[in-house]
Amino acid sequence: MVPLSYYLVLGGILFVCGVLGFLIKRNIITIFMSIELMLNGVNLSFVAYAAQWHALSGQVFVFFVMVVAAAEAAVGLAIIIAVYRTRETLNVDQVNLLKL
Amino acid sequence: MTLYSYLWLVPLLPLIGATINGFFGRRFSKTAVTTVALVFSGAAFAMALCLAAGFSSASAPYSCDLAHWIRSGSFQVDYSFYLDQLSLVMLLVVTGVGFLIHIYSVGYMWEDESFYRFMAYLNLFMFFMLTLVLAKNYLVMFIGWEGVGLASYLLIGFWFTKDSAASAGKKAFIVNRIGDFGFLIALFLMIKHFGSLDFTTVFAAVRQMPTGAASVGTLTAIGLLLMVGAAGKSAQIPLYVWLPDAMEGPTPVSALIHAATMVTAGVYMVSRSSAIFDRAPAAMTVVAIIGTLTALFAATIGIAQTDIKKVLAYSTVSQLGYMFMACGVGAFSAGIFHLMTHAFFKGLLFLAAGSVIHGIGGEQDMRKMGGLRHYMPWTFWTMTIATFTIAGFPPLAAYFSKDEILWKAYSSPNGSWVYWLIGVITAFITSFYMFRLWFLTFFGDYRGGTTAHDVKHDSADAHGSHDQHGHDDHGHGHGEPHESPWVMLGPLVILAILSVVGGWVGIGGRFEHFLAPVFQSGAGAELAHETAGEAAGAGTETLLMLISVGAALLGLLLAWTLYLRRPELPARIATSLGGLYRTVANKYYIDEIYAALFVKPLIEGSTTILWHGVDQGVIDASVNESAHAAREASDAARHMQSGNLRSYAGWIAAGGAVVIAYMVWVGVR
Repeated sequence: MVPLSYYLVLGGILFVCGVLGFLIKRNIITIFMSIELMLNGVNLSFVAYAAQWHALSGQVFVFFVMVVAAAEAAVGLAIIIAVYRTRETLNVDQVNLLKL
Repeated sequence: MTLYSYLWLVPLLPLIGATINGFFGRRFSKTAVTTVALVFSGAAFAMALCLAAGFSSASAPYSCDLAHWIRSGSFQVDYSFYLDQLSLVMLLVVTGVGFLIHIYSVGYMWEDESFYRFMAYLNLFMFFMLTLVLAKNYLVMFIGWEGVGLASYLLIGFWFTKDSAASAGKKAFIVNRIGDFGFLIALFLMIKHFGSLDFTTVFAAVRQMPTGAASVGTLTAIGLLLMVGAAGKSAQIPLYVWLPDAMEGPTPVSALIHAATMVTAGVYMVSRSSAIFDRAPAAMTVVAIIGTLTALFAATIGIAQTDIKKVLAYSTVSQLGYMFMACGVGAFSAGIFHLMTHAFFKGLLFLAAGSVIHGIGGEQDMRKMGGLRHYMPWTFWTMTIATFTIAGFPPLAAYFSKDEILWKAYSSPNGSWVYWLIGVITAFITSFYMFRLWFLTFFGDYRGGTTAHDVKHDSADAHGSHDQHGHDDHGHGHGEPHESPWVMLGPLVILAILSVVGGWVGIGGRFEHFLAPVFQSGAGAELAHETAGEAAGAGTETLLMLISVGAALLGLLLAWTLYLRRPELPARIATSLGGLYRTVANKYYIDEIYAALFVKPLIEGSTTILWHGVDQGVIDASVNESAHAAREASDAARHMQSGNLRSYAGWIAAGGAVVIAYMVWVGVR
């Protein structure tokens, strides 16, 4: 059996990749995908714990996260399309109308 | 009795007049304004006459409770009015002289564009003055007291576009405020010690107080504080400085407020509080000394004034000093008697002076008058009566009242020959400066210019500060001095008659006996003393009387010598006296001393410490500094909100990192 720490390290790597992508990338789509990466890193640690402790609540939590992420993706992609239609760019640095 | 339950109507009538004229007078014609003002003040006078006719000493005092005002536990103050012998005298003087001056003002102020405002203020003054004299407790009296101060301020500053008038009004108001402060503290002391402000309650409590040192101390404190108030309102040393400046107001105002009625409010208040003063001999002595000194001091200033109204103003201060001298030696009825005769003759003097000023186009400098008896005979004759009255020639009014004061100052248990001597010297000086005024104004040749404009220009150039009648552009030319219209002469004649006969009510002590119930606490001792000393004192009284008449005669002769027979002498004397003359002519530099001692430090201190130091340095600075700090802080924090999405994400990540680091640190420990 694969030890728990492997899963957790993998989950941490995924999460850090997500954070770095979120901070570095300028394309909104990529940022969006980075968020999904972070969620999945967390999800991985949830299911790892659930398997370790034989507790179903961790897996239920993951389903919740996936549902919310799906909904979020639907809304988020709609917003991105709307932004692209008006601004004709997906570079977040240029989406700054609300700046002071 | 029914009429007396409507006592409150007396003050209310002029208030109605003031309200109507004050709010709507601008749209009325001058005739309508006149009608309203005269009808309401005349109605008050008529009602006062009815009250006097039905007055019987047996059933006095009458009182009339209008409404509750303050009810706090056992302490209560009501809107109540009160009529006893003392209030009745004041009521008749105020409404009578007030009504005459209302009539006079119609003629004097007719050309003024703010005629309606003037009449409204006059009515307002009548309201407050009547409230003052008819009050049943000290608080209602205080309403009237403050109210007349307000009316006085409004009327002194009536020509408020003129700087000197506006500042004279302010001066009067501020100086009076000092006195009112003393009065107010006296009221607080009364509430503390007697739990009431009602005259009857307070005086009954005073009479029942033990004669120990503690209670005498309290009464002395109350008495002295009341005297501070009276000194402010009645222009006594050291607070008299506002009254001469108050002459900036129109002349009818000087006559009504600053000679006949308002300035006597202090005498009335001290007499009203006679029960307190009777039990506080130290306070009485202070009153007597202040009165005596003021009488002499103001009279000496009066000698060297050249402005006709300023002479009369100092004369008023001096005569008020006589009244306080009388109060101070316990002769309250003599003080009130002189108050009444003074209202007649000083009102007359001012109105006659106003008639002179009116007749020669606004000139007030006596050196530019002269020979006016040919031009304005009625004014001349009434003024003559007034001058002889104030000098104290028998059988005119002031002869009786002043003589009674001097006799009481000499003979009363609280009196002394010093008061009498200063009183006689003052009588001599009074006679001198009044006849000086009389000779300068009415005798010799007319020294004014030929036209009003020349007169005004001369006066403006030579004495800018004395040119007070900017209003008197009557439209018609002043080629020759002319007599005033009958609407102004009528009141003069009536007041002249009163100045002659007004003193006769005092013959045989009738006036004193009439007022005796009011001053009963001290009167018992005094009457006993009098009956005992009557036989022995009769000879002395005659002698003293002869001396004071002699003093008046001497003043007349001296003035005649100096100003009619040898008119070159005064200038020579003035030159030879040099510094002394200049000191007197400049009113002993009292205004300058006050300015250096009080006004300037106050202004300097307020500017440097309060304005620049506290206001700008602490209050403004703390507000400004906190606003500045908030702006600095938010300016720094503003850079976090760059609008750059990735920097927001960075902040979130950093925050998360900090939270995790903290939790790890806590966990490790």
